[in-house]
Amino acid sequence: MRLVDEFRDAEAVAGLREAIARRLSRPAKIMEVCGTHTMAIARAGVRQLLPPTVSLISGPGCPVCVTAQGEIDAFLALGECPGVVLASFGDMLRVPGSTGSLETLKARGTETRVVYSPMDAVRLAAASPEKEVVFFGIGFETTVPTVAAALLEACRLGLRNFSVLSAHKRVPPALAALATDPELAVDGFLLPGHVSVILGLEPYRFLAEQHQIPCAIAGFEVTDILEGILHLVTQIADGRAALANQYPRVVRPEGNPTARALMERVFTPTDAVWRGIGPIAASGLALRPEFAPWDARQKFALDWDRFANVPEPPACRCGDILKGIASPHDCPLFGRGCTPARPIGPCMVSSEGTCAAYYRYQIG
Amino acid sequence: MSVVLLAHGGGGRLMADLIREVFLPRLESPELARADDSALFTPPPGRLAFTTDAFVVDPILFPGGDIGRLAVCGTVNDLAAGGAVPLYLSAAFVIEEGLPLEVLSTIVDSLAATAREAGVRVVAGDTKVVPHGKADQLFITTAGVGCVPEGVSVSGHHARPGDVVLCSGALGDHGMAIMVARENLGFVGHLESDVAPLNDLTAALHSLGPDLHVLRDPTRGGAAAALNEIAAQSGVAIQLHEEAVPIHAPVRVACELLGTDPLTVANEGKMLAVVAPEAADAALAAWRDHPLGREAAVIGEVLEGPAGRVQVRTAFGTTRILDRPLGEQLPRIC
Amino acid sequence: MCLAVPMQVKRVEGHDAVVEQAGAALNIRTDLLDEVAAGDYVLVHAGYAIQRVDEDEARETLALLRMFGIDTQTGQTTDATG
Ligand code: SF4
Repeated sequence: MRLVDEFRDAEAVAGLREAIARRLSRPAKIMEVCGTHTMAIARAGVRQLLPPTVSLISGPGCPVCVTAQGEIDAFLALGECPGVVLASFGDMLRVPGSTGSLETLKARGTETRVVYSPMDAVRLAAASPEKEVVFFGIGFETTVPTVAAALLEACRLGLRNFSVLSAHKRVPPALAALATDPELAVDGFLLPGHVSVILGLEPYRFLAEQHQIPCAIAGFEVTDILEGILHLVTQIADGRAALANQYPRVVRPEGNPTARALMERVFTPTDAVWRGIGPIAASGLALRPEFAPWDARQKFALDWDRFANVPEPPACRCGDILKGIASPHDCPLFGRGCTPARPIGPCMVSSEGTCAAYYRYQIG
Repeated sequence: MSVVLLAHGGGGRLMADLIREVFLPRLESPELARADDSALFTPPPGRLAFTTDAFVVDPILFPGGDIGRLAVCGTVNDLAAGGAVPLYLSAAFVIEEGLPLEVLSTIVDSLAATAREAGVRVVAGDTKVVPHGKADQLFITTAGVGCVPEGVSVSGHHARPGDVVLCSGALGDHGMAIMVARENLGFVGHLESDVAPLNDLTAALHSLGPDLHVLRDPTRGGAAAALNEIAAQSGVAIQLHEEAVPIHAPVRVACELLGTDPLTVANEGKMLAVVAPEAADAALAAWRDHPLGREAAVIGEVLEGPAGRVQVRTAFGTTRILDRPLGEQLPRIC
Repeated sequence: MCLAVPMQVKRVEGHDAVVEQAGAALNIRTDLLDEVAAGDYVLVHAGYAIQRVDEDEARETLALLRMFGIDTQTGQTTDATG
């Protein structure tokens, strides 16, 4: 695979590994903010390549994991409307709301469709005019522009049987919430490469400049991740904080303005609840009023406030775990009420989340 | 276009016509043609192997095969993985009314051709038609009987520390072809199921005798599920070498795009073997000589423990645990 | 947070394109890019091209990696971060 395999070179891995080990003498905790990094780190066994001084903490994770129970409940409630087809990315199928998951709803007969692209849901609506296709908009800024583009295409085609239930989340407000938390025990952020493809560098600068947290945007191949970590340990060792971009082959300083313009045309920031973490101001995205006919909240007159107030499981410690101040063993539900097959918080929903990893590898 | 009607399953003249026109001429089986209630045959000497499997696949016609070929291969390969030489099959069809007769004929054709390819005879059959919506087009259940040659003794319990793990070819072809075809993911070409009868390929290892310890076809759950089963049954650990596992490039790309681990993807034309270390070269050579085993490779080894663990060793010298997948593989975005 | 794979553009027609990598070809949309041409490598996520891959930058990163690779063989130190 071109532009992929080259970044998996074993010799470069060995060289980076040595460079990291040489660079740092004092212990450092680095948070990989992004769930796809978490997965890639587990797949390549990156932790085993790091010196004992460097530990990696999994951050807020993937957009699927942080989708609030209430948001899932709302989507599932739409399945009860006649003629509705629930379309979603496959990641969402097993993530439970407070009463069930898309998978259990499907088993009971609700028409559901797993799509790879939001455009597949638009095509489905075009091909079945008798059906009401509702697409569950989940994802961070990487995915939001694809949903915006698909929705605009549905508008252009005059499709009235397509709508989006937006549970999208924005990364910078979550990082701001973390950075301002006095309990945060993290020495550096490994920042999400593919979110940055869209956002560029600007939205992260405050982390280094105002909060003095070393930051590196990194890609997802093993050498990308190690090089990102090398940037971070170098800053930590030198006692400075900057924003490094390890992933310039796709992350430009200005990001992707075209994609951002589409996103901003369709969506506007709103407060949102993160599963297991709680509410974060302006961290969600709602459809702008002019797109009301395609907004599932409006179209089906969803009582959004009710869903927004569905309580998160009170015992879940994910919020503290991903700040680096608690371990899964501090959670009374770990391994009892909460397992990979019946996950409660985001750290268990993600197969490589901290709780899932502790459970699977019997850590601690 | 003529379609299967509920009446085709009613036991009357239409059913007799369906059997006479669609099934009998294609399956060319004297036992079936006798139209008795059961097939009679004399068992060969040795131990008998007996297995059954139900086949439901969407779509029923897919790149590289169809449900008919799959129904033969699934059962033949289960017998082959038991160390048996497959002999006879039964096939029961549950047809949803409205299935085009042409599609049914194509599938029976393919089932018959695959049985011939595998050298097995379909000696018993049944057909039921159910109302629209009570089944998804066509379900086929096959059962198979085979005999285990003298000196062959394979079982998931027989893996021993030091043994070598072989794979007969590239992994993940079937599952990715089905996922891509079913979910209509916009992929074009190049992803084809590997569905094939493997009894000839496994027979090529029978001469290893007691050095042949385990055979397993990594179907649902892929190599990850199969190896976890073996590790648990034998109370050993298994280590795979990631770079040694053959995976076709397009499958690898599709897996990366859809967030799937090829080791957890289903195969219908691949066999895993665990053999004594001294027999590894002979086993590999025997497979590579076979048309279905050209891409065969040594992919790992059996370790003392921890019992039941399967781990993957990466090109970077790290290891990760390979779990069996939780359930069906679905396209993901993160 | 998001899976994305670089693939090469084979054909473009309006906002639709066919991309390919190692024999796997895929229909995607290009709404998020101003300009795409056959031969470009693009990063594909959820059926959309989200960015063009800058091959010069890729080459620079690779050159840096090669230095790290060489270092392990010679045991020298590289200061390649900034
Ligand atoms: S074990 Fe479950 S409930 Fe407890 S912190 Fe982890 S994810 Fe939350």
